[in-house]
Amino acid sequence: MDVNQVLDAKGLACPMPIVRTKKAMDILESGQVLEVQATDKGALADLTAWSAAAGHTLLEHKEEADVLTFYIQKG
Amino acid sequence: MAVMKMTAAQVARKVIENKELFILDVRNKDSFEDWKIEGHSFDYLNIPYFDLLDGVDEILPKLPTDKDVLVVCAKEGSSLMVAEMVSEAGRDVFYLEGGMKSWSMYLEPIKVGDLTGGGELYQFVRLGKGCLSYMVISEGEAAIIDAVRFTEVFTNFAKEKNVDIKHVFDTHLHADHISGGRHIAEATGATYYLPPKDAEEVVFDYTPLEDGLTVNIGASQIEVGALYSPGHTIGSTSFIVDSKYLLTGDILFIDSIGRPDLAGLAADWVGDLRETLYHRYRELAEDLIVLPAHFMIIEELNEDGTVARRLGDLFIENHGLNIESDEEFRHTVTDNLPPQPNAYEQIRQVNMGKITPENDEQTEMEIGPNRCAVR
Repeated sequence: MDVNQVLDAKGLACPMPIVRTKKAMDILESGQVLEVQATDKGALADLTAWSAAAGHTLLEHKEEADVLTFYIQKG
Repeated sequence: MAVMKMTAAQVARKVIENKELFILDVRNKDSFEDWKIEGHSFDYLNIPYFDLLDGVDEILPKLPTDKDVLVVCAKEGSSLMVAEMVSEAGRDVFYLEGGMKSWSMYLEPIKVGDLTGGGELYQFVRLGKGCLSYMVISEGEAAIIDAVRFTEVFTNFAKEKNVDIKHVFDTHLHADHISGGRHIAEATGATYYLPPKDAEEVVFDYTPLEDGLTVNIGASQIEVGALYSPGHTIGSTSFIVDSKYLLTGDILFIDSIGRPDLAGLAADWVGDLRETLYHRYRELAEDLIVLPAHFMIIEELNEDGTVARRLGDLFIENHGLNIESDEEFRHTVTDNLPPQPNAYEQIRQVNMGKITPENDEQTEMEIGPNRCAVR
Protein backbone atom coordinates (compact mmCIF):
# COMPACT_ATOMS: atom_id res chain seq x y z
CA MET A 1 0.00 0.00 0.00
CA ASP A 2 1.22 3.50 -0.82
CA VAL A 3 1.50 5.34 2.45
CA ASN A 4 2.08 9.08 2.28
CA GLN A 5 2.67 9.67 5.95
CA VAL A 6 3.09 7.65 9.14
CA LEU A 7 1.78 8.84 12.49
CA ASP A 8 3.16 7.22 15.61
CA ALA A 9 0.48 7.52 18.29
CA LYS A 10 1.73 4.59 20.35
CA GLY A 11 1.52 5.06 24.07
CA LEU A 12 -0.92 7.96 23.74
CA ALA A 13 -4.22 7.78 25.59
CA CYS A 14 -7.58 8.83 24.28
CA PRO A 15 -8.28 11.45 22.87
CA MET A 16 -4.74 12.09 21.60
CA PRO A 17 -4.60 9.40 18.86
CA ILE A 18 -7.59 10.97 17.15
CA VAL A 19 -6.51 14.54 17.80
CA ARG A 20 -3.13 13.80 16.16
CA THR A 21 -4.77 11.84 13.34
CA LYS A 22 -7.04 14.74 12.54
CA LYS A 23 -4.13 17.19 12.47
CA ALA A 24 -2.15 14.91 10.17
CA MET A 25 -5.12 14.40 7.85
CA ASP A 26 -5.69 18.16 7.61
CA ILE A 27 -2.33 18.52 5.85
CA LEU A 28 -2.75 15.61 3.43
CA GLU A 29 -4.32 15.89 -0.02
CA SER A 30 -7.50 14.08 -0.94
CA GLY A 31 -6.70 10.48 -1.91
CA GLN A 32 -3.48 10.30 0.11
CA VAL A 33 -3.07 7.64 2.79
CA LEU A 34 -2.09 8.06 6.43
CA GLU A 35 -0.80 5.16 8.48
CA VAL A 36 -1.63 5.48 12.17
CA GLN A 37 -0.05 3.31 14.84
CA ALA A 38 -1.76 3.29 18.24
CA THR A 39 -1.81 1.22 21.39
CA ASP A 40 -4.99 2.64 22.94
CA LYS A 41 -7.59 -0.12 22.56
CA GLY A 42 -10.40 2.39 22.17
CA ALA A 43 -8.76 3.69 18.98
CA LEU A 44 -10.32 0.91 16.93
CA ALA A 45 -13.96 1.88 17.48
CA ASP A 46 -13.21 5.59 17.61
CA LEU A 47 -11.00 5.84 14.49
CA THR A 48 -13.49 3.72 12.56
CA ALA A 49 -16.40 5.97 13.53
CA TRP A 50 -14.41 9.17 13.11
CA SER A 51 -13.15 8.23 9.63
CA ALA A 52 -16.67 7.54 8.46
CA ALA A 53 -18.05 10.73 9.98
CA ALA A 54 -15.21 12.86 8.56
CA GLY A 55 -15.63 11.43 5.07
CA HIS A 56 -12.37 9.47 5.02
CA THR A 57 -11.98 5.80 4.13
CA LEU A 58 -10.49 3.34 6.58
CA LEU A 59 -8.79 1.05 4.04
CA GLU A 60 -7.45 -1.49 6.47
CA HIS A 61 -6.54 -2.07 10.07
CA LYS A 62 -4.57 -4.77 11.82
CA GLU A 63 -3.37 -5.66 15.29
CA GLU A 64 0.10 -7.05 15.91
CA ALA A 65 1.78 -7.36 19.30
CA ASP A 66 -0.67 -4.92 20.93
CA VAL A 67 -0.09 -2.28 18.25
CA LEU A 68 -3.10 -1.27 16.18
CA THR A 69 -2.24 -0.03 12.70
CA PHE A 70 -4.72 1.86 10.55
CA TYR A 71 -4.55 2.97 6.92
CA ILE A 72 -6.83 5.88 6.30
CA GLN A 73 -7.37 7.50 2.92
CA LYS A 74 -8.32 11.14 2.93
CA GLY A 75 -11.73 11.82 1.42
CA MET B 1 -15.60 29.35 33.51
CA ALA B 2 -14.48 26.53 35.70
CA VAL B 3 -13.87 22.88 34.89
CA MET B 4 -14.64 20.79 37.97
CA LYS B 5 -14.07 17.16 38.75
CA MET B 6 -16.93 14.90 39.81
CA THR B 7 -16.14 11.51 41.31
CA ALA B 8 -18.05 8.27 40.79
CA ALA B 9 -19.04 8.51 44.48
CA GLN B 10 -20.61 11.94 43.90
CA VAL B 11 -22.49 10.65 40.87
CA ALA B 12 -23.70 7.69 42.96
CA ARG B 13 -25.15 10.10 45.55
CA LYS B 14 -27.03 11.89 42.76
CA VAL B 15 -28.51 8.59 41.61
CA ILE B 16 -29.53 7.53 45.11
CA GLU B 17 -30.85 10.94 46.14
CA ASN B 18 -32.78 11.27 42.89
CA LYS B 19 -30.97 14.48 41.90
CA GLU B 20 -30.93 15.99 38.45
CA LEU B 21 -27.86 15.78 36.25
CA PHE B 22 -27.20 16.47 32.60
CA ILE B 23 -24.75 14.00 31.11
CA LEU B 24 -22.81 14.91 28.00
CA ASP B 25 -21.48 11.50 27.02
CA VAL B 26 -18.65 11.88 24.49
CA ARG B 27 -18.05 8.18 23.82
CA ASN B 28 -19.01 6.75 20.44
CA LYS B 29 -22.65 6.00 19.73
CA ASP B 30 -22.42 2.21 20.12
CA SER B 31 -20.75 2.43 23.53
CA PHE B 32 -23.35 4.89 24.76
CA GLU B 33 -26.29 2.83 23.55
CA ASP B 34 -24.82 -0.31 25.07
CA TRP B 35 -24.15 1.09 28.52
CA LYS B 36 -24.43 4.47 30.24
CA ILE B 37 -24.81 6.05 33.67
CA GLU B 38 -28.43 5.55 34.66
CA GLY B 39 -30.24 7.92 37.01
CA HIS B 40 -33.90 8.51 37.84
CA SER B 41 -33.66 12.17 36.84
CA PHE B 42 -30.72 12.27 34.44
CA ASP B 43 -30.82 13.79 30.95
CA TYR B 44 -28.39 12.86 28.22
CA LEU B 45 -26.68 14.13 25.12
CA ASN B 46 -24.38 11.75 23.25
CA ILE B 47 -21.89 13.38 20.88
CA PRO B 48 -18.58 11.58 20.32
CA TYR B 49 -15.55 13.67 21.30
CA PHE B 50 -14.13 13.25 17.81
CA ASP B 51 -17.06 15.18 16.38
CA LEU B 52 -16.19 18.09 18.66
CA LEU B 53 -12.54 18.56 17.70
CA ASP B 54 -13.38 21.73 15.76
CA GLY B 55 -15.33 23.23 18.62
CA VAL B 56 -18.35 22.91 20.86
CA ASP B 57 -20.37 25.88 19.59
CA GLU B 58 -22.96 23.63 17.99
CA ILE B 59 -23.83 21.83 21.21
CA LEU B 60 -23.77 24.82 23.59
CA PRO B 61 -27.48 25.62 23.09
CA LYS B 62 -28.29 22.05 24.06
CA LEU B 63 -26.48 22.25 27.41
CA PRO B 64 -28.74 23.41 30.24
CA THR B 65 -27.66 26.25 32.50
CA ASP B 66 -29.97 25.38 35.40
CA LYS B 67 -28.38 22.05 36.35
CA ASP B 68 -24.95 20.46 36.58
CA VAL B 69 -23.46 19.32 33.29
CA LEU B 70 -21.16 16.30 33.52
CA VAL B 71 -18.96 15.27 30.60
CA VAL B 72 -18.35 11.51 30.52
CA CYS B 73 -16.06 9.33 28.44
CA ALA B 74 -14.50 5.88 28.73
CA LYS B 75 -11.45 6.70 30.80
CA GLU B 76 -11.34 10.49 31.42
CA GLY B 77 -9.03 12.02 28.80
CA SER B 78 -11.64 12.93 26.21
CA SER B 79 -14.14 14.21 28.75
CA LEU B 80 -11.49 16.53 30.18
CA MET B 81 -10.70 17.84 26.69
CA VAL B 82 -14.36 18.50 25.92
CA ALA B 83 -14.99 19.97 29.37
CA GLU B 84 -12.15 22.44 28.81
CA MET B 85 -13.66 23.47 25.50
CA VAL B 86 -17.08 23.95 27.08
CA SER B 87 -15.49 25.93 29.88
CA GLU B 88 -13.62 28.18 27.44
CA ALA B 89 -16.96 28.84 25.78
CA GLY B 90 -18.12 30.32 29.08
CA ARG B 91 -19.91 27.51 30.89
CA ASP B 92 -19.32 25.80 34.23
CA VAL B 93 -18.86 22.12 33.62
CA PHE B 94 -17.85 18.89 35.37
CA TYR B 95 -15.97 15.88 34.03
CA LEU B 96 -16.15 12.37 35.49
CA GLU B 97 -12.93 11.40 37.21
CA GLY B 98 -11.72 8.08 35.78
CA GLY B 99 -14.58 7.94 33.27
CA MET B 100 -16.91 4.97 32.82
CA LYS B 101 -14.07 2.77 34.02
CA SER B 102 -14.29 4.24 37.52
CA TRP B 103 -18.11 4.29 37.34
CA SER B 104 -18.07 0.54 36.62
CA MET B 105 -15.91 -0.03 39.69
CA TYR B 106 -17.63 2.15 42.28
CA LEU B 107 -19.39 0.42 45.21
CA GLU B 108 -21.78 2.13 47.62
CA PRO B 109 -22.44 0.28 50.89
CA ILE B 110 -26.03 0.80 52.07
CA LYS B 111 -27.59 -0.63 55.21
CA VAL B 112 -30.54 -2.87 54.39
CA GLY B 113 -31.65 -3.44 57.95
CA ASP B 114 -31.00 -4.58 61.51
CA LEU B 115 -30.79 -8.22 62.47
CA THR B 116 -31.59 -10.01 65.72
CA GLY B 117 -29.39 -9.04 68.64
CA GLY B 118 -27.80 -5.94 67.14
CA GLY B 119 -26.62 -7.45 63.86
CA GLU B 120 -26.69 -5.56 60.58
CA LEU B 121 -27.06 -6.40 56.92
CA TYR B 122 -25.37 -4.25 54.28
CA GLN B 123 -25.87 -4.24 50.54
CA PHE B 124 -22.93 -3.06 48.43
CA VAL B 125 -24.46 -1.50 45.35
CA ARG B 126 -22.25 -1.37 42.27
CA LEU B 127 -24.37 1.13 40.37
CA GLY B 128 -22.33 1.15 37.17
CA LYS B 129 -22.53 -2.58 36.68
CA GLY B 130 -25.71 -3.48 38.54
CA CYS B 131 -23.91 -5.91 40.88
CA LEU B 132 -25.04 -6.36 44.47
CA SER B 133 -22.87 -7.86 47.22
CA TYR B 134 -23.78 -8.43 50.86
CA MET B 135 -22.20 -8.35 54.29
CA VAL B 136 -23.87 -9.81 57.38
CA ILE B 137 -22.41 -8.42 60.58
CA SER B 138 -22.97 -9.67 64.12
CA GLU B 139 -20.99 -9.57 67.34
CA GLY B 140 -17.58 -8.99 65.86
CA GLU B 141 -18.00 -11.39 62.96
CA ALA B 142 -19.00 -11.04 59.34
CA ALA B 143 -20.09 -13.14 56.38
CA ILE B 144 -19.89 -11.88 52.80
CA ILE B 145 -22.03 -13.06 49.93
CA ASP B 146 -21.27 -12.52 46.22
CA ALA B 147 -18.35 -10.14 46.70
CA VAL B 148 -17.16 -8.33 43.59
CA ARG B 149 -13.45 -8.16 42.87
CA PHE B 150 -12.66 -4.97 44.78
CA THR B 151 -11.70 -6.92 47.85
CA GLU B 152 -10.37 -3.94 49.79
CA VAL B 153 -13.78 -2.31 49.85
CA PHE B 154 -15.00 -5.28 51.90
CA THR B 155 -11.93 -5.77 54.08
CA ASN B 156 -11.78 -2.04 54.85
CA PHE B 157 -15.48 -1.94 55.65
CA ALA B 158 -15.04 -4.90 58.01
CA LYS B 159 -12.15 -3.08 59.68
CA GLU B 160 -14.26 0.05 60.05
CA LYS B 161 -17.01 -2.02 61.67
CA ASN B 162 -14.45 -3.85 63.78
CA VAL B 163 -15.53 -7.31 62.63
CA ASP B 164 -13.62 -10.39 61.44
CA ILE B 165 -14.68 -11.89 58.12
CA LYS B 166 -15.34 -15.56 58.86
CA HIS B 167 -17.36 -16.85 55.92
CA VAL B 168 -17.32 -15.87 52.25
CA PHE B 169 -19.95 -17.29 49.88
CA ASP B 170 -20.62 -17.17 46.17
CA THR B 171 -24.20 -18.13 45.31
CA HIS B 172 -22.94 -19.49 41.99
CA LEU B 173 -20.04 -19.34 39.56
CA HIS B 174 -20.47 -15.82 38.19
CA ALA B 175 -20.30 -15.11 34.47
CA ASP B 176 -20.80 -11.36 34.35
CA HIS B 177 -18.28 -10.14 36.90
CA ILE B 178 -15.12 -11.37 38.56
CA SER B 179 -15.65 -12.65 42.07
CA GLY B 180 -13.56 -11.31 44.93
CA GLY B 181 -14.71 -14.09 47.25
CA ARG B 182 -11.74 -16.40 47.03
CA HIS B 183 -9.25 -13.55 47.45
CA ILE B 184 -11.05 -12.10 50.47
CA ALA B 185 -11.00 -15.54 52.06
CA GLU B 186 -7.27 -15.90 51.36
CA ALA B 187 -6.53 -12.48 52.82
CA THR B 188 -8.58 -12.93 55.97
CA GLY B 189 -8.42 -16.65 56.69
CA ALA B 190 -12.17 -16.94 56.15
CA THR B 191 -13.79 -20.05 54.70
CA TYR B 192 -14.70 -19.76 51.02
CA TYR B 193 -17.81 -21.65 49.90
CA LEU B 194 -18.93 -22.42 46.36
CA PRO B 195 -21.69 -24.76 45.14
CA PRO B 196 -19.88 -27.97 44.10
CA LYS B 197 -22.02 -28.42 40.99
CA ASP B 198 -20.74 -25.09 39.67
CA ALA B 199 -17.19 -25.84 40.76
CA GLU B 200 -16.36 -28.99 38.84
CA GLU B 201 -13.64 -27.24 36.87
CA VAL B 202 -12.21 -24.90 39.51
CA VAL B 203 -8.52 -25.24 40.23
CA PHE B 204 -8.47 -24.09 43.87
CA ASP B 205 -9.73 -25.52 47.16
CA TYR B 206 -13.11 -24.48 48.45
CA THR B 207 -15.68 -25.62 50.95
CA PRO B 208 -18.80 -27.12 49.33
CA LEU B 209 -21.91 -25.00 49.66
CA GLU B 210 -24.65 -27.61 50.01
CA ASP B 211 -28.40 -27.36 50.50
CA GLY B 212 -29.23 -26.99 54.18
CA LEU B 213 -25.80 -25.76 55.26
CA THR B 214 -26.07 -23.20 58.04
CA VAL B 215 -23.50 -20.99 59.69
CA ASN B 216 -23.95 -18.70 62.65
CA ILE B 217 -22.49 -15.22 62.56
CA GLY B 218 -21.32 -14.10 65.98
CA ALA B 219 -22.41 -15.88 69.09
CA SER B 220 -26.09 -14.98 68.72
CA GLN B 221 -28.88 -16.39 66.66
CA ILE B 222 -28.07 -14.89 63.30
CA GLU B 223 -28.22 -17.78 60.96
CA VAL B 224 -27.25 -17.86 57.33
CA GLY B 225 -28.85 -20.89 55.73
CA ALA B 226 -28.32 -22.27 52.22
CA LEU B 227 -31.19 -23.29 49.94
CA TYR B 228 -30.35 -25.11 46.73
CA SER B 229 -32.08 -23.19 43.95
CA PRO B 230 -30.72 -24.20 40.52
CA GLY B 231 -31.67 -22.66 37.18
CA HIS B 232 -29.30 -19.80 36.41
CA THR B 233 -26.53 -22.31 36.90
CA ILE B 234 -26.89 -25.90 38.04
CA GLY B 235 -25.30 -25.07 41.40
CA SER B 236 -27.12 -21.79 42.14
CA THR B 237 -27.87 -21.54 45.85
CA SER B 238 -29.92 -18.98 47.77
CA PHE B 239 -29.48 -17.88 51.38
CA ILE B 240 -31.94 -17.13 54.11
CA VAL B 241 -30.47 -14.68 56.61
CA ASP B 242 -31.95 -14.36 60.10
CA SER B 243 -35.27 -15.83 58.88
CA LYS B 244 -35.91 -12.42 57.38
CA TYR B 245 -33.99 -11.98 54.14
CA LEU B 246 -33.80 -14.18 51.04
CA LEU B 247 -30.62 -13.69 49.04
CA THR B 248 -31.57 -15.00 45.62
CA GLY B 249 -28.27 -14.67 43.73
CA ASP B 250 -29.01 -14.59 39.99
CA ILE B 251 -32.20 -16.65 40.20
CA LEU B 252 -34.77 -14.00 41.02
CA PHE B 253 -34.44 -10.25 40.59
CA ILE B 254 -36.88 -7.45 41.37
CA ASP B 255 -38.23 -6.95 37.87
CA SER B 256 -36.89 -10.03 36.08
CA ILE B 257 -35.67 -13.58 36.55
CA GLY B 258 -32.35 -15.31 35.94
CA ARG B 259 -31.35 -16.52 32.51
CA PRO B 260 -30.33 -20.16 32.21
CA ASP B 261 -27.90 -19.95 29.29
CA LEU B 262 -24.66 -18.37 30.51
CA ALA B 263 -23.01 -21.67 31.32
CA GLY B 264 -24.12 -23.02 27.96
CA LEU B 265 -27.01 -25.25 28.98
CA ALA B 266 -30.19 -23.21 28.66
CA ALA B 267 -32.39 -26.07 27.49
CA ASP B 268 -31.26 -28.39 30.29
CA TRP B 269 -31.77 -25.90 33.07
CA VAL B 270 -35.15 -24.44 32.17
CA GLY B 271 -36.88 -27.11 34.24
CA ASP B 272 -34.66 -26.38 37.24
CA LEU B 273 -35.34 -22.67 36.97
CA ARG B 274 -39.09 -23.28 36.81
CA GLU B 275 -38.94 -25.66 39.78
CA THR B 276 -36.99 -23.15 41.88
CA LEU B 277 -39.15 -20.13 41.08
CA TYR B 278 -42.57 -21.81 41.02
CA HIS B 279 -42.16 -24.45 43.73
CA ARG B 280 -39.14 -24.06 46.03
CA TYR B 281 -39.60 -20.31 46.48
CA ARG B 282 -43.39 -20.71 46.78
CA GLU B 283 -42.88 -22.75 49.93
CA LEU B 284 -41.03 -19.90 51.64
CA ALA B 285 -42.55 -17.22 53.86
CA GLU B 286 -43.95 -14.41 51.73
CA ASP B 287 -42.64 -11.84 54.20
CA LEU B 288 -39.03 -12.64 53.35
CA ILE B 289 -37.27 -9.67 51.79
CA VAL B 290 -35.69 -10.62 48.48
CA LEU B 291 -32.14 -9.37 47.99
CA PRO B 292 -30.81 -10.28 44.52
CA ALA B 293 -27.22 -10.26 43.23
CA HIS B 294 -28.10 -7.79 40.46
CA PHE B 295 -30.36 -5.08 39.27
CA MET B 296 -30.83 -4.35 35.59
CA ILE B 297 -32.74 -1.08 35.48
CA ILE B 298 -32.66 1.96 37.72
CA GLU B 299 -36.37 1.56 38.53
CA GLU B 300 -35.43 -1.47 40.63
CA LEU B 301 -33.75 0.80 43.19
CA ASN B 302 -35.73 1.77 46.28
CA GLU B 303 -35.76 5.35 47.55
CA ASP B 304 -32.83 4.69 49.89
CA GLY B 305 -30.78 3.21 47.06
CA THR B 306 -31.21 -0.41 48.14
CA VAL B 307 -32.51 -3.14 45.87
CA ALA B 308 -34.94 -5.16 47.99
CA ARG B 309 -38.58 -6.24 47.81
CA ARG B 310 -40.94 -8.50 49.76
CA LEU B 311 -41.16 -11.98 48.23
CA GLY B 312 -44.96 -11.93 48.36
CA ASP B 313 -44.99 -8.70 46.37
CA LEU B 314 -42.75 -10.21 43.71
CA PHE B 315 -45.13 -13.15 43.35
CA ILE B 316 -47.70 -10.57 42.28
CA GLU B 317 -45.57 -8.04 40.40
CA ASN B 318 -42.73 -9.92 38.75
CA HIS B 319 -43.71 -11.04 35.27
CA GLY B 320 -41.27 -13.96 35.43
CA LEU B 321 -43.14 -15.42 38.42
CA ASN B 322 -46.49 -15.23 36.64
CA ILE B 323 -46.09 -17.32 33.53
CA GLU B 324 -48.73 -20.05 33.65
CA SER B 325 -47.70 -22.57 31.07
CA ASP B 326 -44.43 -24.48 31.07
CA GLU B 327 -44.20 -23.97 27.34
CA GLU B 328 -44.44 -20.20 27.52
CA PHE B 329 -41.92 -20.18 30.36
CA ARG B 330 -39.48 -22.22 28.28
CA HIS B 331 -39.97 -19.82 25.39
CA THR B 332 -39.40 -16.77 27.58
CA VAL B 333 -36.14 -17.94 29.10
CA THR B 334 -34.55 -19.58 26.06
CA ASP B 335 -35.68 -17.62 23.01
CA ASN B 336 -34.89 -14.00 22.24
CA LEU B 337 -32.47 -13.70 25.13
CA PRO B 338 -30.59 -10.42 25.50
CA PRO B 339 -26.96 -10.38 24.34
CA GLN B 340 -24.60 -12.22 26.67
CA PRO B 341 -22.43 -10.17 29.04
CA ASN B 342 -19.09 -8.89 27.81
CA ALA B 343 -16.35 -11.55 27.92
CA TYR B 344 -18.56 -13.89 29.96
CA GLU B 345 -16.65 -17.01 29.01
CA GLN B 346 -13.34 -15.49 30.06
CA ILE B 347 -14.90 -14.22 33.27
CA ARG B 348 -16.00 -17.75 34.11
CA GLN B 349 -12.45 -18.95 33.50
CA VAL B 350 -11.13 -16.31 35.90
CA ASN B 351 -13.67 -17.33 38.53
CA MET B 352 -12.59 -20.95 38.14
CA GLY B 353 -9.00 -19.88 38.77
CA LYS B 354 -7.91 -21.07 35.33
CA ILE B 355 -6.65 -17.70 34.16
CA THR B 356 -5.38 -14.73 36.15
CA PRO B 357 -5.40 -11.60 34.00
CA GLU B 358 -3.76 -8.32 35.00
CA ASN B 359 -5.92 -5.81 36.81
CA ASP B 360 -6.40 -3.63 33.71
CA GLU B 361 -7.51 -6.63 31.70
CA GLN B 362 -10.02 -7.56 34.40
CA THR B 363 -11.41 -4.04 34.19
CA GLU B 364 -11.79 -4.34 30.41
CA MET B 365 -13.53 -7.71 30.76
CA GLU B 366 -16.10 -6.25 33.11
CA ILE B 367 -16.97 -3.23 30.96
CA GLY B 368 -20.67 -2.99 30.17
CA PRO B 369 -23.94 -4.03 31.79
CA ASN B 370 -24.37 -7.38 33.57
CA ARG B 371 -27.19 -8.89 31.46
CA CYS B 372 -27.93 -11.82 33.74
CA ALA B 373 -31.70 -11.56 33.52
CA VAL B 374 -34.64 -12.17 31.25
CA ARG B 375 -37.74 -10.04 31.50
